[in-house]
Amino acid sequence: MEPLGRYRPIVDDFDAFRAACERPLPSAIRVNTIKATVDRVTAALEAAGIAADPVDWHDRLFVLPEASAGGNWPYFHGWTHGQEEVSAIPATVLDPQPGERVWDACAAPGSKTTQLAALMDDRGEIVATDNNLGRISALRTNTERLGVTNVAVTHEDGRNHSLKPFGDAGYDRALVDVPCSCEGTIRKNPDALEDWSLSHVEGVAGVQKGILTRAVQVTEPGGTVVYSTCTFAPEENEAVVDHVLEVEDCELVDYDLPLTHRDGITEWDGASFDSSVTRAKRIYPHHNDTGGFFCAKLEVTG
Amino acid sequence: MSNDSTKFTRLPATDAERDDPERATREAVVEFWTDRFGVPAAAFADHTFWERGAGKIWLYRGEPPSPVDIEGLGMTFLRTRQEHWKPTLEAVQRFGGRATENVVHLDRAQAATFVAGDDQELDWDGDWGYLIVTHDLAGESEPVGVGLYVYGELRSQVPKGRRRDL
Repeated sequence: MEPLGRYRPIVDDFDAFRAACERPLPSAIRVNTIKATVDRVTAALEAAGIAADPVDWHDRLFVLPEASAGGNWPYFHGWTHGQEEVSAIPATVLDPQPGERVWDACAAPGSKTTQLAALMDDRGEIVATDNNLGRISALRTNTERLGVTNVAVTHEDGRNHSLKPFGDAGYDRALVDVPCSCEGTIRKNPDALEDWSLSHVEGVAGVQKGILTRAVQVTEPGGTVVYSTCTFAPEENEAVVDHVLEVEDCELVDYDLPLTHRDGITEWDGASFDSSVTRAKRIYPHHNDTGGFFCAKLEVTG
Repeated sequence: MSNDSTKFTRLPATDAERDDPERATREAVVEFWTDRFGVPAAAFADHTFWERGAGKIWLYRGEPPSPVDIEGLGMTFLRTRQEHWKPTLEAVQRFGGRATENVVHLDRAQAATFVAGDDQELDWDGDWGYLIVTHDLAGESEPVGVGLYVYGELRSQVPKGRRRDL
């Protein structure tokens, strides 16, 4: 748990934060409205004797206190998908509409991609990109099980994303849920911090800046880009957003999030960031009994 | 216009627009679903059909320029270029709820056998060949996948990766 000690200056009730990070999380599921309704999923789980507690801020999420997400009939039919509460935040914030063109820059294994597809009622076009063929295979398995038909999958590095296969068309929205140091997933994966190092944080931040920059470039003026990580490190969060504010035409916008959260921070380790990064939101495990998360919403202006 | 294993090529609308005599047409694909299973053509009105690799048909809710050289386009939908065309489990789960013909309804135990990948004896006085398998879930009939009915036996066609003990 040593890496988390560096956040003592920015986390309120640090002892509660640290204690929450040591508690495991139950599994959670999202209802896939492309194939089922919340009512039918609830009925099917009840008939199978699987307890499912509704999540108060999101009507398609349920916590399963005693069961795993898979291994039941609703899962087999693609009515449900295992997805943590905080993982459902970025697609909700992006708020894609049916018929739009959306880029999912780091898509595999597809929890958020399939959530985007459901929010769009499986209409429009989602280009789902990943740079790892093994993870693309998992992405494809998930989109197929959930019955998604509006997702096109590309194998490339998001930093160099090409618009060519689709006739150079830009996007209405982009989701940039980047690879990160995953500190916020410690409750789900107790080994998450085993290989933690500051040099990894700094290295991955470079990749994150590249992908977010590309996302802003390929999104049409007036379009929306959501940047998210499952880590607490300001180097991977506010610093990345601050970078793209400097190099591309975009601005941070405020948004509602019905979960207890803290504003993005403007100073860290001797660096200071654009004051608008306070519009980004930090989600800590001890506030809502979830994983940790960071989410920023940007509007493309140029 | 030869068949390329890395590119998705959009299916021609009809025979008249076809360069490759082996490639299925949109018209034939839709007819297959309406003739064999009674799924109305309107179910596919918003989708385009694509082939990648010999006979592997994909269904996509969009209209990119053809051909398109990427990893995936919508969902795998149908196998053609063989004597009997075969729908995928994914296609049946998504569109088979509107089928009215060649649908075999199983009870819970039979459905579990089917999903485990096991064959079972079954009385069926309809056509032999590929059938849409359904069972009841949450009070309504729901498509599970594709079965092959021959010689008094329903053979599970659930792909290995999708089989489960339920």
